[in-house]
Amino acid sequence: MIRLIEFLSFEKTGAGRVVPPTGFTARLTLFTAAAMAFLAVFALALSMATGRLADRWSEALARSATIRISAPAEQMETQLAAVLNVLSTTPGIASYRALELSEMEALLGPWFGPDLPVDALPLPRLVEVVETDDGVDAEGLRLRLSTEAPGAVFDDHTRWRRPLVEAAERLRSLGLLSLLLIGGATAGMITLAAQAALAANGQVIRVLRLVGAQDRFIARAFVRRFTARGFWGAMLGTLLGIFAVLALPEADDAGGFLTGLGFAGAGWLWPLIVPPLAALVAYVATRFAALRMLRRIA
Amino acid sequence: MIELQNAAMSYGGGELLSQMSLRLQPGSFHFLTGPSGAGKTTFLKLCYGELLPSGGHVSLFGRDVFRMDRDEIARTRQRIGVVHQDCQFLDHLSLAENVALPLTVAGKPVNSAELMELLGWVGLKRHADALPPQLSGGERQRAALARAVIMSPEVILADEPTGNVDWEMSQRLLALLIELNRMGKSVVIATHDLNLIRAAKAQVSARVLRIANQRLHLAGADL
Ligand SMILES: Nc1ncnc2c1ncn2[C@@H]1O[C@H](COP(=O)(O)OP(=O)(O)O)[C@@H](O)[C@H]1O
Ligand SMILES: [Mg+2]
Repeated sequence: MIRLIEFLSFEKTGAGRVVPPTGFTARLTLFTAAAMAFLAVFALALSMATGRLADRWSEALARSATIRISAPAEQMETQLAAVLNVLSTTPGIASYRALELSEMEALLGPWFGPDLPVDALPLPRLVEVVETDDGVDAEGLRLRLSTEAPGAVFDDHTRWRRPLVEAAERLRSLGLLSLLLIGGATAGMITLAAQAALAANGQVIRVLRLVGAQDRFIARAFVRRFTARGFWGAMLGTLLGIFAVLALPEADDAGGFLTGLGFAGAGWLWPLIVPPLAALVAYVATRFAALRMLRRIA
Repeated sequence: MIELQNAAMSYGGGELLSQMSLRLQPGSFHFLTGPSGAGKTTFLKLCYGELLPSGGHVSLFGRDVFRMDRDEIARTRQRIGVVHQDCQFLDHLSLAENVALPLTVAGKPVNSAELMELLGWVGLKRHADALPPQLSGGERQRAALARAVIMSPEVILADEPTGNVDWEMSQRLLALLIELNRMGKSVVIATHDLNLIRAAKAQVSARVLRIANQRLHLAGADL
C-alpha cells in the first residue's frame, strides 16, 4: 500500500519532475477518469441490481402459482372444493390456500376504492399455490383440473415471468457491456491525453535522450503521471458515484426495479475495484503510447 | 574509445563529410576546427551516436553503432560527456537539477555536496536555484560543461563551448577543460576560434583536426 501511494505520488518526487507539469492535460485526465468512474459505478449498480432482480424473480416466482376459478355463483363452492381436493393429492405442492373475500377486497381496493361491494360482483375465486423445490407437473395438473373443475385455470406465472427475467438478464448484460465500453473509452481518452503530453514535451524528451535517458525512464515519467491521475480521478468519481447511489430512494420490499438500483451487502465492495482498474487501464494505455511514440522519434 | 573508419555522412544531398578515420586515445586532447558549416557539429554527433554514418563505420567503446539499439546508445551517452552547441536544458528545473540530470536519468543518487562542489568549480554556486532561461550565455555554457562531466565520463566532447562568451570567460572554460584532461579524460573541442587553440597549446599538448573539403585532416603543428 505504501509503495502504491509512493508510486502514485511520483509527480512530486525527483525523477517525476523531469516532465514539466501540464495543468490543463492533468485536469482533463482527472476529470475524464472521474466521469468514467462515476458512470462505471452506475453501470455496476445496474448490473448488480438487475442480476439480483432476475435471480429473485426466477426463484421466488417459480415457487408461487395461482388457480383462478370462474364459475356461476351457485357452482363456485363445489368447484372450489374440487380444486382443493385435486391440490391435496397432487405431488410437488408445498401448500395452498383459498383467498378469503376480505383479502380480495384488500387486493382490489387500491384499484376500485374501499367501498367495492365484493360479494355482489361476479369475482373469480383465487387459490394461492406454493410449489415445492421440485415443482409441479403443470400440464398434468391442468388436465386434472379441466375434468374435475372446468372453471379453474392454473397460472404458474411462467407466461409473464419469462419475459421479465429475460429483460432483467438483458439489462445485466447491457450493464456489463457498458462497463467494458467505459473501460475502452477511458483507455482511448488517456492514450490521446498521453500522446498530447508526449508531443508537447518533444524538447524535454530530446534533452533527456541527450543526457543518456533510456526509453524506459522517459516512458515511466509519463506513465506514472497518467496512472496517478487515472487512479485519483477514478477514486473521486467512484466516491461521488457511491454517494449518488446511496442518495437514491430506499429500495422497498416490493423491490421495484428503479428503487432497487444499488448495491447489497458485500456488493458495496465492488465499486472499490474501479479506481485500481482505472489506474491499470491508464498504465497500460500510457505505456503503450509512450513506447510507441519514443520508438518513432530520434 | 571512439573510432571512425572511412566514416561518411550526408544529410540526403551530397556527402558533407567523407572518408574520415580517427582513433581517439584515452587522455588525448583534440581541437576540431573548420569554417562554419563545415560539419564540426555533425562530426561530434557521429561521435556520440546521435547520427549514424551514411558510409563506413563508427564504433563507440568497441561497439559498432549500427549494432547498438536505442537503449545501448543511451547508456553509451552516460560515458561520453557532451557540451552541446545550443546547450539545451529543461527550463522548468533549477540549474542544480539540470546539472544532476544525467545522474537522475541513470537512476543514480545525487550527492548534493558533490553537486555543489561541481557548481563551485564552474562558478555557478550562486545560481544553483536559478532556472536556465534566467542565465547568461556564458553561464549556460558552464552549466552545460558541469552537466557533461557529472557522470565522470571518459570522453568530453565540447561543441563551440566558447561560442558566445567573452575572451576572459572562454579562458576560464578552457582552463576547466584542460583540468579535466589532466585528470585523464579525453577532450575534443570543436571551435573556429584560432586564438583559443593557440592559448591552449601553451598549456597542453593538443592536436588539431581540421575539416576541409569534406575530409578530416590532422593539421600541422604550426597552425
Ligand atoms: N539535420 C540536418 N539536416 C540537413 N542538413 C543539416 C542538418 N544539420 C546540419 N546540416 C547542414 O550540414 C552542414 C554542416 O553543419 P554543422 O555540422 O552544424 O557545421 P558546423 O558545426 O561546422 O558549423 C551545414 O550546411 C548544415 O546546414
Ligand atoms: Mg556547429
